[in-house]
Amino acid sequence: MYFESVNGLLNMAGHGAYVWSCYGLFFALVGINVWHARSQKMKALKRVQAMVRRNQ
Amino acid sequence: MAQSMWRIPRWFYQMGSPKWFYDIGGRLQPWFAVAAAVLLMWGAIWGLAFAPADYQQGNSFRIMYVHVPAAILSQSIFLAMALAGAVGIIWKIKVAFMVARSCIAIGATFTLIALLTGAIWGKPTWGAYWVWDARLTSTLVLLFLYAGVMALNQAISERQVAGKATAILAIVGTINIPIIKYSVEWWNTLHQTSSFTLTAKPSMPADMYLPLLLTVLGSYCVFALVVLVRTRAQILYTQSGATWLIKHRDITGAT
Repeated sequence: MYFESVNGLLNMAGHGAYVWSCYGLFFALVGINVWHARSQKMKALKRVQAMVRRNQ
Repeated sequence: MAQSMWRIPRWFYQMGSPKWFYDIGGRLQPWFAVAAAVLLMWGAIWGLAFAPADYQQGNSFRIMYVHVPAAILSQSIFLAMALAGAVGIIWKIKVAFMVARSCIAIGATFTLIALLTGAIWGKPTWGAYWVWDARLTSTLVLLFLYAGVMALNQAISERQVAGKATAILAIVGTINIPIIKYSVEWWNTLHQTSSFTLTAKPSMPADMYLPLLLTVLGSYCVFALVVLVRTRAQILYTQSGATWLIKHRDITGAT
């Protein structure tokens, strides 16, 4: 590891807040997108399944 | 002669078949999901904890590993969206319009990430969250273009018409992409020039650019994954009465 301690990694010589918030934003927004896409697909799948059941 | 020039390979038409796209997409999805997770985690951990600090910017340069992939993807996705839209218009392929529609939200998200992480990076580096620099302004315009494409796509209820209108706006909007790309060369900007090009050897040591390569590739995998999932969802909506779908194992539950 480049840093000597976990505190060093978190603090990053004063740049920690900037760096960590960017990584947080990246993973949160990307995660929301993947989750939303997946939930849309599950909803669509359930809709077709319900339609098929009704018509049987 | 004209006919042979326009002859299209079989896979191209197959890709336009909703059933084919649904099946192939379903098979590819898990691979992209795993690749995205592994590449992004690997790149992020390497970039955060193991890459050496920059001699000028110190540790704030680690923001690059999320900022640069988001910026690259914001432009690539816009081009992909315009290309898919053009394919939809030229060859009248409905799935192509669905792919273009699937690009909007993820493209806008990467643009937003690029702008936000850029603003946060700007504070310790330039002393300001925002400057009206050519690169920043043209990227903000890109976000507005995505918003326009999204609004237009949702305003028209007839899918085919919405697909065409969106495609035209996306194609016209691509004019902004070279402006973003060359903004740092055409104008005197505060924003630095590209840290990463396909043609030249990186000026950074391997320990610094390899994590970037990982997060860029991981972001492309996220894009592919989201487009596959969203397009398959649209196929489910539009093909809900189709025989192939009713008999599909995703619906019947058979393995």
